Amino acid sequence: MHGRLPPRTQAALYGLMCLLLVPFVFPTWWMVTSSVKPISEIFAFPPQLWPTHADWSSYQQVFTLQPFARQYWNSAWIAAVVTLGTLGVASMAGYAFARIRFPGANALFVVVLTGLLIPSEVTIVPLFQMFRAMGLVNTHWPLVLIPIFGAPCVFATFIMRQFFITLPAELEEAARVDGLGRFKIFRTIALPLARPALASVAIFTFLHSWNLYLEPIVFLSTPSLFTLPQALTQFTDAYGGPMWNIQLAAATLTALPVLLVFVVAQKQFIEGLAHTGLK
Amino acid sequence: MTDASVTRNATPTQAAPTRPLWTLARREALAGSLFVAPQLLGVAVFVLLPLALVFWYSLHEWNVLANTFEFTGVQNYQALLEDTTLPPVLMASAIFAAGLVVFNLSLALLLAVLLNQKLLGITAFRTFFFSPVVVSLVAWTIVWGFLLQHNGGINGVLKLAGIEGPNWLRSPGTAMASVIVVQVFKNVGLNMILFLAALQGVPRELYEAARIDGASAWRQFRRITLPLISPTILLTSVITVVGALQVFAQIAVLTQGGPGQSTTVLVYYLYQQTFQFHRFGYGSTLAIVLFAIVALLTLAQWQLRRRFVFQEQ
Repeated sequence: MHGRLPPRTQAALYGLMCLLLVPFVFPTWWMVTSSVKPISEIFAFPPQLWPTHADWSSYQQVFTLQPFARQYWNSAWIAAVVTLGTLGVASMAGYAFARIRFPGANALFVVVLTGLLIPSEVTIVPLFQMFRAMGLVNTHWPLVLIPIFGAPCVFATFIMRQFFITLPAELEEAARVDGLGRFKIFRTIALPLARPALASVAIFTFLHSWNLYLEPIVFLSTPSLFTLPQALTQFTDAYGGPMWNIQLAAATLTALPVLLVFVVAQKQFIEGLAHTGLK
Repeated sequence: MTDASVTRNATPTQAAPTRPLWTLARREALAGSLFVAPQLLGVAVFVLLPLALVFWYSLHEWNVLANTFEFTGVQNYQALLEDTTLPPVLMASAIFAAGLVVFNLSLALLLAVLLNQKLLGITAFRTFFFSPVVVSLVAWTIVWGFLLQHNGGINGVLKLAGIEGPNWLRSPGTAMASVIVVQVFKNVGLNMILFLAALQGVPRELYEAARIDGASAWRQFRRITLPLISPTILLTSVITVVGALQVFAQIAVLTQGGPGQSTTVLVYYLYQQTFQFHRFGYGSTLAIVLFAIVALLTLAQWQLRRRFVFQEQ
């Protein structure tokens, strides 16, 4: 085993890490502090690390210039429904592909995996046409249905399958001898054991939906239907230039809640996302 | 039990007991099909059908404004070859992907090596380095856009040091580099964690043996660490390249593809052609190009992974 490093090496390592930390932490700091700077200080020289006095008016304007509360709600409920839906679809499919022997299982799994080869950017044009034909453009339906059933969910199914494969068969054998049906076994035995994998998928799916940008700007045109990423870029003046303090206030409101959850549950976040990173 | 009920229902002329309708195998088949049905149907409707359609569209001249939809065969593919904007667009995508991979992977590896040291409070550092991953992508991009303005925070700091900074996002020489840097700091945490896991998987005895032989720290890194984590390096490279090819929001927010075409990557060009210039047929042809590149890279990754998993065994 390694011994403790000599104090001088330790100090050097701490120094290097603190230096490297700047581009990771400073932007978030700058976002929060600049959002309460008076407009005169936004581009002040020398740069102000701390505003001379807090000006909260940008936070009021966020809600008056756009239906921001409504947009917040849009993003939140879409992300919630997409996460729950993906967990349901992916855990069932992943379980079946891992544990149930049925004819054609392998061929069907290959068909599902093709979803990993086809990012939604490739299919955005026909998806737009399909939803237009159904009269569902400028509704939230495409933002809910495409992730739950389409390419993003395939990845979740893959993760769930990889997890269920590792479960020992004996756990289910006893239940099957007792005559339990597949759905009962899935729900009462397999699913509770899959909590870590479900957490990974939930975190990954939530962030994916929360960050979605291309799909909303393609499908939505009414501001009250916008999601947060799309709304953030809409705080512009008459010339199309960004109103910085308001954009930063809206960005702070978008980023901080997720960051706070992350700080509380950072272990689950990091392990969960690292787990899904290995396709 | 099932057999008993079937025998009871059987007519006396049938001497042999009939096989039960719901055998275990059949019940399993039914359960399996029902379990995968939502996902399979979803893939059929939201992935495979659109893929077929995008190919079909690519064979058409389709202008939504003029309301024209004509079969033109491979004409769009010929237009692809004659499109003078396409080579710079592919070049921009390649530069973005290459720059991202090199910068992202080397930084991720450096951070992982640092986080692998036995130091107090190392978990706090890990949390901070990882934190941009969970910051909303557009929020992160907006803040960097703000910092990179001509009179923004970064040039302010440079000016304190007596350096006149460029207009990062509006100068041809710095726009692409800026977009790459913004993206690296956003997501390098993911690769950092993958590398950290790989580093922790390297057997300690190897380092001890090397130390006894008098190998320097750098030599240990070159000869032991790098070869043993090479599968992770390959995998993160492909994942990062595939991710780089899908980049859109950062470009749309930071540079809108400019200055000139210098940051117009493939997905952004596809978006412009389709939804701004209403050329749905040509946009679909560009989507086929994107599909070909992503599919090839992903398949290559699976092949590599299989080979490395095999070697590990």
